[in-house]
Amino acid sequence: MADIAAYLQRVVPSLLSGTWVTLQYTLLALLLGFILGLAAALARVYGGAWLGRGAGIYIAAFRGTPLLIQLFVIYYGLPDVGLTLPRFHAALLTLALNSGAYQAEYFRGGIQAIGAGQMLAARAIGMSRTKAVRYVILPQALRVALPSWSNEMVSMIKYTAVIFLVAIPDLMGQAKILASVYFDPIQVYLTVGLFYLVLVGAATWLLRAVTRHFEIPGLALGRGS
Amino acid sequence: MTDANGKPILRVEELRKSFGDAQVLKGVTFEVAPREVIVIVGPSGTGKSTMLQCINLLIRPNGGHIWLEGQDITAPRTNVDHVRQRMGMVFQEFNLFNHLTALGNVSLGLTKVLGLHADQARKKAMWELERVGMAEHASKYPAQLSGGQKQRVGIARALGMDPHLMLFDEPTSALDPELTGEVLSVMRKLAQEGMTMLVVSHEMSFAREVADRMIFMEHGVIIEEGPPDQLFDCPRQERTHQFLGTISLHG
Repeated sequence: MADIAAYLQRVVPSLLSGTWVTLQYTLLALLLGFILGLAAALARVYGGAWLGRGAGIYIAAFRGTPLLIQLFVIYYGLPDVGLTLPRFHAALLTLALNSGAYQAEYFRGGIQAIGAGQMLAARAIGMSRTKAVRYVILPQALRVALPSWSNEMVSMIKYTAVIFLVAIPDLMGQAKILASVYFDPIQVYLTVGLFYLVLVGAATWLLRAVTRHFEIPGLALGRGS
Repeated sequence: MTDANGKPILRVEELRKSFGDAQVLKGVTFEVAPREVIVIVGPSGTGKSTMLQCINLLIRPNGGHIWLEGQDITAPRTNVDHVRQRMGMVFQEFNLFNHLTALGNVSLGLTKVLGLHADQARKKAMWELERVGMAEHASKYPAQLSGGQKQRVGIARALGMDPHLMLFDEPTSALDPELTGEVLSVMRKLAQEGMTMLVVSHEMSFAREVADRMIFMEHGVIIEEGPPDQLFDCPRQERTHQFLGTISLHG
């Protein structure tokens, strides 16, 4: 018992600081990814041939390659073309671009689940297309996309673990350090796994509350006429 | 067919529309006078709905002209949003905004298109809901309303923009028979209030009672138009007689 207490006393402070770093990267990546994803989804659905194609290429590239490769290309590859990013920026940019590509597909699915009649009715009362998208289509499409978006948040918490490879002291990075210091990797990784589990649990709980808050009768999961 | 000044509110001239090889409207010409109620009848798939959607430019016609209050709205560079504000549209499938309450459905256009303040918009929206007998359901979402109630909210939403002309695209066709009455009675009341109405419908008794004029359309052209009594009792075209005879038997 005393052993466990002593162990926790040694590892918990580092792991808490790692948790804070992981949380920051997760939330910033999701936020930037939201903006990127929404823009890419709108470009694909409403943007015409060129914008739509550009967005399509971005989405395919970032959904079709391993996150780790994206990270290495952005951190180690971009300096070759004269763009050197501090590792914090490179890590965040990679996660944001990756998340944006996935979020774009969720939003596009949501937009396309909204019947054509909604746009027609909005235009019929004299709304411009931009206003119709903003006030009629998106409020519904985002609700439809919320369940898949929740998965994206859960995934992102875990995906951030790759950034320790560019020496960022996130939860995984701290685990790596602790494991090598105390020569007890299994115990440390199990503890860290527990930390991730708690983070994911908290996110799931939070998103369930958010979903409930925005729930509208008949509009759950893309149903309703 | 004209008001005291001799000006129609709407004039449709040689309107044409094709989708690929299919010619849906083959040159349709008619006028609507202010305060006139016109019911357009005809077999399904003869271009009636397409024509209504052409009139408020939701569908771009391929040829012909449409004048709304003297303005050629088919001219290039017409501001379609301004045109549509003057024409209310009621859809067969209601198309209520699913994420908004009945009140929100009516007030959205008031705040976002007309620029009214939230409380003004709310007041006006409530008044429009009252007009269609839906005030007590103001806070319900579309999914919580019956078809007839949805359509009445759809009418209130269109009325909120103070249109000069109302277009009804088969407003009762998606409703169970026992729900059509409440919608038709709202439309009857609007007609009595002097609203100019262009109605595509299969409701023959409504047409006979409320319409000033009926237009019988088939295969993208107008076969016959005139007062309901003429079309029902002594049509000039054999085809009109056949069609209205069949419909009346069923209706």
